[in-house]
Amino acid sequence: MPDENFEPKIIGFFCNWCSYRAADMAGTARMNYEPNVRIIRVMCSGRVDPDFVMAAFAKGADGVLIAGCHPGECHYNNQNFKTMRRYALLKHTLRAIGVEEERIRLQWASAAEGAILARSIDEMVERVRELGPLNWPKQWEAPPEVEEAIKMMEAEHAEALEVTA
Amino acid sequence: MSTNGSKPKLALYWAASCGGCEIAVLGIGDKILKVDEVFDIVLWPVAMDFKLHSIEAMEDKSIDVCLFNGAVRTSEQEYMARLLRAKSKVMVAFGSCAHEGCIPGLANVTTREEIFQSSYDDPTTVDNPNGVRPQLETETDEGTLYLPMFYDTVRTLDQVVDVEYTIPGCPPESDRIWEALTAIIEGNLPEPGTVIGEKSTVCDVCPRVRTDKTIKEFKRTWEIEPDPEICLLEQGIICCGIATRAGCGALCPQVGSPCIGCYGPAEGVTDFGARMISALASVIDSDDPEEIDRIIQEGIPDPIGQFYRFGLAHSRLRRTAMPGANGHQPAEEEVTA
Amino acid sequence: MKRISIDPITRLEGHGKIEIFLNEEGDVANAYLQIPELRGFERFCVGRLAEDMPNLTNRICGVCPEAHHIAATKALDALFHVDPPPAAKKLREMFYSVFFATDHTTHFYALGGPDFVMGPDAPAAERNIVGVIKKVGMDVSAKVLKMRHDGHHLLKMMGGRPVHPNWGLPGGVSRGITEEQRQEIERLGREAIEFARFSIQLFNDVVLKNSAYVDLIVNDAFTHKTYNMGTVDANNKVNFYDGMIRITDPEGVEFAKYHAKDYQKHIAEHVEPWSYLKFPYLKDIGWKGFVDGVDSGVYKATPLSRLNTSDGMATPLAQEEYERMYDTLGGKPVHHTLATHWARLVELLYATERWVELASDPDIVEGPFRVLPTETPTEGIGQVEAPRGTLIHHYKSDERGVLTHINLVVGTTNNTAAMNMSVRKAAMGLIKKGEVVTEGLLNTIEMAYRAYDPCMSCATHSLPGQMPLEVTIRAADGEVLHQLEQFLPER
Repeated sequence: MPDENFEPKIIGFFCNWCSYRAADMAGTARMNYEPNVRIIRVMCSGRVDPDFVMAAFAKGADGVLIAGCHPGECHYNNQNFKTMRRYALLKHTLRAIGVEEERIRLQWASAAEGAILARSIDEMVERVRELGPLNWPKQWEAPPEVEEAIKMMEAEHAEALEVTA
Repeated sequence: MSTNGSKPKLALYWAASCGGCEIAVLGIGDKILKVDEVFDIVLWPVAMDFKLHSIEAMEDKSIDVCLFNGAVRTSEQEYMARLLRAKSKVMVAFGSCAHEGCIPGLANVTTREEIFQSSYDDPTTVDNPNGVRPQLETETDEGTLYLPMFYDTVRTLDQVVDVEYTIPGCPPESDRIWEALTAIIEGNLPEPGTVIGEKSTVCDVCPRVRTDKTIKEFKRTWEIEPDPEICLLEQGIICCGIATRAGCGALCPQVGSPCIGCYGPAEGVTDFGARMISALASVIDSDDPEEIDRIIQEGIPDPIGQFYRFGLAHSRLRRTAMPGANGHQPAEEEVTA
Repeated sequence: MKRISIDPITRLEGHGKIEIFLNEEGDVANAYLQIPELRGFERFCVGRLAEDMPNLTNRICGVCPEAHHIAATKALDALFHVDPPPAAKKLREMFYSVFFATDHTTHFYALGGPDFVMGPDAPAAERNIVGVIKKVGMDVSAKVLKMRHDGHHLLKMMGGRPVHPNWGLPGGVSRGITEEQRQEIERLGREAIEFARFSIQLFNDVVLKNSAYVDLIVNDAFTHKTYNMGTVDANNKVNFYDGMIRITDPEGVEFAKYHAKDYQKHIAEHVEPWSYLKFPYLKDIGWKGFVDGVDSGVYKATPLSRLNTSDGMATPLAQEEYERMYDTLGGKPVHHTLATHWARLVELLYATERWVELASDPDIVEGPFRVLPTETPTEGIGQVEAPRGTLIHHYKSDERGVLTHINLVVGTTNNTAAMNMSVRKAAMGLIKKGEVVTEGLLNTIEMAYRAYDPCMSCATHSLPGQMPLEVTIRAADGEVLHQLEQFLPER
């Protein structure tokens, strides 16, 4: 049951040469799109270590968007192909962990494709809004019963008879 | 290190573990006598008869070093971790279970309820018509019996108490253990917060020959007979040496088996699976999304087992989604039965 | 009532505590051996790759990983419908014999033995391997350390690592041995036979010649007349690596003999709310509580059980010692729990002799050491005798070899009811009104479970069990409409 007031927090890793400029373009053209993506600029989408994605979810992100140059147009030759493969492996792994597929997205956008990027963001935000908050740290949170159980152990030890050597 | 001229106190304890670390300690052979000479061993349940109440009676910080192996998945184990932390100057996460959860940490793909169901509710060889389950407190004719609480999520030692050092490995090789004990004896320990061990990966010490890796297809270990001289990953077998800390001497590849990652992540790596993903992405030889997907689906049917065999509990995400948590169902997958 | 707590129990593998309740008069009203842990291997291994199981199940127990590794490997052979080449089977059994010898050595000298060498109520600080080394002297200690060192050295040579080997595959093993290695294995094996004989001599001198210990061994407080279980070869001799499971009744008469794949027809389990561990019992007899006797389904699967259920040992020196043991203790079967230590040494001798038998076979270095599976995996069962009891691994997988179902019957689990009974009886026998309960006395009670060489890590893997079921739905005219099957053993 998604909370009516839930606004997804999406972390975006945008490459400096294409997608970041696309975002700039969307801004200067005053395009309307959902404001939920916190953009982190990296020099290349190939810079995005899968650990960044895992860390984002672990720290409470509801979604992660990776944006880079179209395959064949990478400023650093072909690193975005690595991104593509990492993304495929990440999705495969996250699916097994139980993070819904729609929470991670790879979008190619050239510097001129602000509109495409904006629509992609809209779609993703809408989808994540429907899915609800991920709030991953809740998965491993210790329930309050733990403290009670530990106190019970202390009491149990105190209750037993003393036996000398 | 010693107090009042008496011998420094050493405690060895095991939580959710298998005993392999104790066997590895015994693997130092006659050097156990040196350990006994230098230290006053105050707790070591596998080999010695000291009981809990003697630890509880000690002053805080009176144990000089505690080698704590095992993960924490019951309230008793957490109690012991806290107790030994309070009584010890230096707490060492000894072995993979304490460090990163190890195989017991794989229970983080399931929950207490599912484990209990599969153990106690099964209506067949288990003869349990009244649905008896282990209870935290049971009243018998004679008095009350207590059991500790069983957690849903396995925790690593540093997720429940502060830890000064970690000695990795499942188990740590006996030579590495002796080196660490010597460092302790000689007062030669590195900065607190350090993992005591090698920094680089198993690949660095593996004798197999490496050239270029261009993988069109990953192979399961039973699908091929690999060449004994050439890098296993190059032959398509997923070898975790690429992400794993060195320290074992690359023993498994030398008998023809791929590294399974038991020494945990190499220095500077937080999430073992993330590193595996990164490394494998570099060797998959395809730029076509469909082909890439096919290579992955066929070659990596179990990413949790293949990427997080030892480190699930210590990974960024620590566990798989609990059913029903946060009001949504996890993605449908063959995660649990 | 007052409660005495022995927490933790020590000199075994795993965790546990013993709770003893004293009534007004100072007698023991009851005693409970509680096991406070459970791991859930059968649950979390679902979804894993089948070939990972020898490595995953290693971590059920670091004292006996080789038992799980080999049982898992054999289960994989069955799962993938592949038959390993002869050299691979010999290698596996030789590896297994080396492991058995090493494990039994560790138990006798480091875990159970200190009670006898130092004395059950020696100061706690001395009742351990270090105390033993100091008492028996460096000569003797050097032999023990050498045996363990040699054993682990060979296990590492063959299996990759001294603890947690990485070697078994469906269809064989990942690497064979060279002629040079075979010679070393044979040489160290002959030295190990001498060590086994030496250990038996030590047991004779330190234990059997000490009337106080002999009294303890035959004391009723440490005696239980239960059924016994073990694995036997075609001649009903003890075999650790392969064979049929045989159960004999408290009088020593054969009660059942079956292939591992039929285990579910013979064993059921009972649950108590005060322990995470369950209590297997013989299905045909039923659960009658923690009691002895021919009408109680409680059974044991220990070294003593294996000797009790067999018709002898397959190697000459071990057979001699087997006969001597039974002659001394008054015939078969023997129900004195502490005699398990003696049976363990008989097995140690057999393991070393078998090790040499296999190592002297020149064919053991003739490859191939594996064949590649060609069939689709479905279901498989692998069985061995773990040092602590009969061990069964049962897997089912999908067509990719990803596991869908796992069932494990683990050595020590077989003995949980008997261990409880042993602890209770020992407590009742030793703590009587007016008796000052000392720490040494409590240790003597602990000796009751130590004889079983428990491996609580093994026992607490968890054991779900599934009922084999086949349902056929027919229309009124007999036509088969639908067939349902679950968990059927391989036919």
